[in-house]
Parts: sequence; C-alpha cells; structure tokens
Amino acid sequence: MPIFSPAEIAKDKIQAVQDYSLLVGRSISNIFGHPRYFADTMMQADSIGVGSLPIVMLAGFFTGAVLALQTSSTLQQFGSLSLTGKLVSLSMVRELGPVLTGLMVAGRNSSGIASELGSMKVTEQIDAMRAMGVDPTKKLVTPRVVASTIMLFFLSIISDLVGLAGGWVIATTLLGLNSNEYWTTAYQALRFGDVFMGLSKPVIFGFIIATVGCYYGISAKGGTQGVGRATTQAMVTASVLIVVSDLFITKLLMGFFAY
Amino acid sequence: MSTLPPPVEDFQRSALPTADIVMRFETVAIAFEQPVLEGISFQLPRGETKILLGVAGSGKTLLLKLSLGLLKPDAGRITVLGEEVTHMREEQLYALRRNMGMVFQESALFDSMTVEENVAYQLLVETGQLTDEIHARVLEALRFVELEHTVNLFPSELSGGMRRRVAIARAAITQPEILLYDSPTGGLDPVTSDTIIELIVKQRDVYKTSSLLVTHRLQDAFTMASHYFDREQNKMLPVADGSRRDLKTTFLILRDGKINFEGTATELLRCRDPYIREYLS
Repeated sequence: MPIFSPAEIAKDKIQAVQDYSLLVGRSISNIFGHPRYFADTMMQADSIGVGSLPIVMLAGFFTGAVLALQTSSTLQQFGSLSLTGKLVSLSMVRELGPVLTGLMVAGRNSSGIASELGSMKVTEQIDAMRAMGVDPTKKLVTPRVVASTIMLFFLSIISDLVGLAGGWVIATTLLGLNSNEYWTTAYQALRFGDVFMGLSKPVIFGFIIATVGCYYGISAKGGTQGVGRATTQAMVTASVLIVVSDLFITKLLMGFFAY
Repeated sequence: MSTLPPPVEDFQRSALPTADIVMRFETVAIAFEQPVLEGISFQLPRGETKILLGVAGSGKTLLLKLSLGLLKPDAGRITVLGEEVTHMREEQLYALRRNMGMVFQESALFDSMTVEENVAYQLLVETGQLTDEIHARVLEALRFVELEHTVNLFPSELSGGMRRRVAIARAAITQPEILLYDSPTGGLDPVTSDTIIELIVKQRDVYKTSSLLVTHRLQDAFTMASHYFDREQNKMLPVADGSRRDLKTTFLILRDGKINFEGTATELLRCRDPYIREYLS
C-alpha cells in the first residue's frame, strides 16, 4: 500500500478549490439576498478595521521612514535627494501601503476568523445554527467578507498617509529637506493610475483575507488540534495569495494604464 | 424496573394516514468509506416519541442529522413534515428546520453569547433585536427548564446539566413540531439525568411534541416509557398498574447499521432475540 497517492492528493486539492469557490460565490450572492445581518457586519468592521488600526499605523509609519532612509544614499549619489518625497509616495501608495496592510491584517484577522469559526465548527455550533434554520454563510461569512473588504480599503489609505508622514520625519530631521519640498514632490508624483492601483489592491486583499479565513474555519475538523492547523493555514494561505495576486494585479493595471 | 404501561393494542403504525406521520424514512442508506446505515425504514407518528438505542457507532446521531437534512443519504427517501428532505437544497431546508428543534450531545450553545441570547437566537435572527416580547418568551422557556436565574450568565458559567437544560429551552422556544434529542443525558449524573428526562416527558405530555431521542441509558428510556407528566402536581409520575394511558413512546434499536427492533416497551421486554436480550441485560 503506498504511503500517499498522488491521485488522492490531487483530488483533495481540487475539492478544496471547489469548496472555496462555492463559499466565495455564496458570500457574494448573499449580499444581494435576505436576510442581511447589518449589526454583525458593523461588529466585524469594528473588530477588523478599528482593531487593526494600531498595527497598520505602526507598520506604515516605520516602512515610510525606513524607505526614505534607505533610498537617500542612492538618491544623493545622483544629486536627487529632493525626490525622496516622490519615491516614498509612489512606493507607499502603489505597493507597500496595500501589501503591508494586507499582510498585517491577514496575520491578525485571517487567523482570528479561522480560529473563531473553527472552534464553532468543532463544537457543533455551526451545525446548531443550521439546525435552527440559520444559514452560516449569511450569518458568519458574508458580514466578515463585506467588513474586511471595506475596512482594508480605508486602512490602506491610512497606512499610505502615515507612511508618507514617516518619510517626512526622516526627510526633514535627517536628510535636511524642507517640508514643502517633500510634500510637493510626494503629491505631484501621483497620477490617477497610481491611486487607482493603490486603492483597488486592498479591496481584493480584504476579500482574500476574509474568504480564506472563513473557508479554513468552516472546514476545520479534528478538535482543538484541527482548529490550530486551520488557523495557521489560513494565515499562510492568505499571505501567499496576497503576494501572488499583487503581482498579477500590478501587471494588469500597469498594462491598463500604459506604464 | 419501573412499572410499564400495558401494550397498546391499537398501535397500528402502517395504517396511519400520511398527515399523521411527521417523519418517514424509506430504505435509507449512508456510508463513509464503510456502510453506516442500510435499509433504514421507519415512521414517526405525530405526537409520538421514538427512542433510538444502539451501541456506540451504530449510526444513531447520524440518523438525527439525516432527518434534519444536515447530511444527505446515499440512497432512500426521508420525508419530514410532508416534505422530502432528500433532494431539497440547503436554502430550502432552512425554512423546514425552523419547525424542528435539536438538542445536541454537547449542547452546542454559542459560547460567546449569554443564556438569554442563546435561547432567543432563532427569534433574534428573525426580528433583529431583543424586544420585550422576546425577553418574555425567553423567560417562559427558561422557566420551563427551571433556569430563569441564569438568563444573564454565559454557558461557561453553567454546569453540564444546566447547559443541557438551556439547550432544551433553546430548541423548544419556538414550539417546533419535531424535537430531536441527541444523548441529552450523556455524561450526566443520575439525579441530573432524571431532571432532564422529566423535562423531555413534560415536553412530550404538555406540548405533545413529536420527537426522536437518542440515548445510551436504558434506564432513561424505560423511565420515559413508564412515566407521564402530571400538570397539576407539576412533576413526573409513574403510570399506575392496569392504566391504559398511552404514553406514545416507542423504541427503535439499531444494530450494524440496520433496525434490529421496533416496538413498544412491553414488546421490547417480551422480545426473545438474543442480541436484544444481551443488550437489555
């Protein structure tokens, strides 16, 4: 008897993709159906959005600051230190703001969602919900998906702003640039395509974070060990999907805006 | 052994009209790598309680989940309240399940909600907020299980027996047509088990709710088959010798995924099947 069967592994993976796709489909179609759990959505928005604010701001600020510091020596070689604001601005808005926010929130919330729903699954609370005629995808999944998608959009904007502020602190205190010069180059560097790219990515990342967390939570089995496994898998998968999808979104939008 | 009621001569299951059957299993089979249930056929008349017995792993809980549509059978047909659940989509099943209640083996209370929110859950989902009317209904349901004082507590603050009683209140608050009990006394001490059984008998005799009850404790099963709830004295009493009171309680024993016995308590005690004799001993 073989230790593992490649066919069985392939079947399991395809089954997982199918289950995930069905969950994604239901989480979207539920938005247009009744009942809508507005209070649950607001509660999740508070937990995911407001709860993640401190780590997103900290990560954004120090990323902007270190970006200014790291690039200053290179820019100085070409006598272009005044472009620090432009570089920080483009890097933060187009790439680092959304991706770092996505990864931070994935670490905090994708795992949190998976552990919460996983615990409910292994203690039969989700079955109890179904037995009482309540659709768990409507009650548990859709509020998290909507809240995560909307809140990541705003968290990314905050991260971009705080990152620019971090760069400004370094530019004015260590690099000797004046504030006006920094903010002017930072502002003027941005085109519509940059802002569009920076705001469309977090919407997709937020969707990935919530759906992956919900999928691993709802499919958890094997008691507390299974919940722990689901939690880790959710965080890893969400993080990898964010990084991978970032490449494809960037390529797509660069082609669209003719960079 | 408790006093048993006399056999009910007019108990003619197959002759009942369809409207009086709340649940019907027809040659139902399901397998998970190996067959678990095969050729299961029985029906639950309105107002009757059917006690499911069998060794661990014989498919008793599975049978309850099949009746709720939480799982789909591989073969056969299940009809609940006149609707065939076998081919119903999950969305269609939600409406049907609102007419049913289930008490899970480990209670399955929502641990982040208070007792009140747990008991009111189904009503809260429908209305969206805790109104005075819902609060009154929660208190009434908790009064039924004598746990009014726990209304603001969390499940983690309750004992195992209290959690089961809250689960019964949650399942019964909407007065469903069918109640499913999955080992409601499992893991409890005899005194607490008697309290739970008394509540189930009360639900059966006061509200005439049809129910399926899974249990490992023969003592509980025979208590149900030999006691009735007296509303005037507000307690469970044994049926007097010679009484012809119909307690509407029958037994169904599963063995190796098949039905080994179906009948009343008296028929069960008279049964000469070696497996049944061994099971009862």
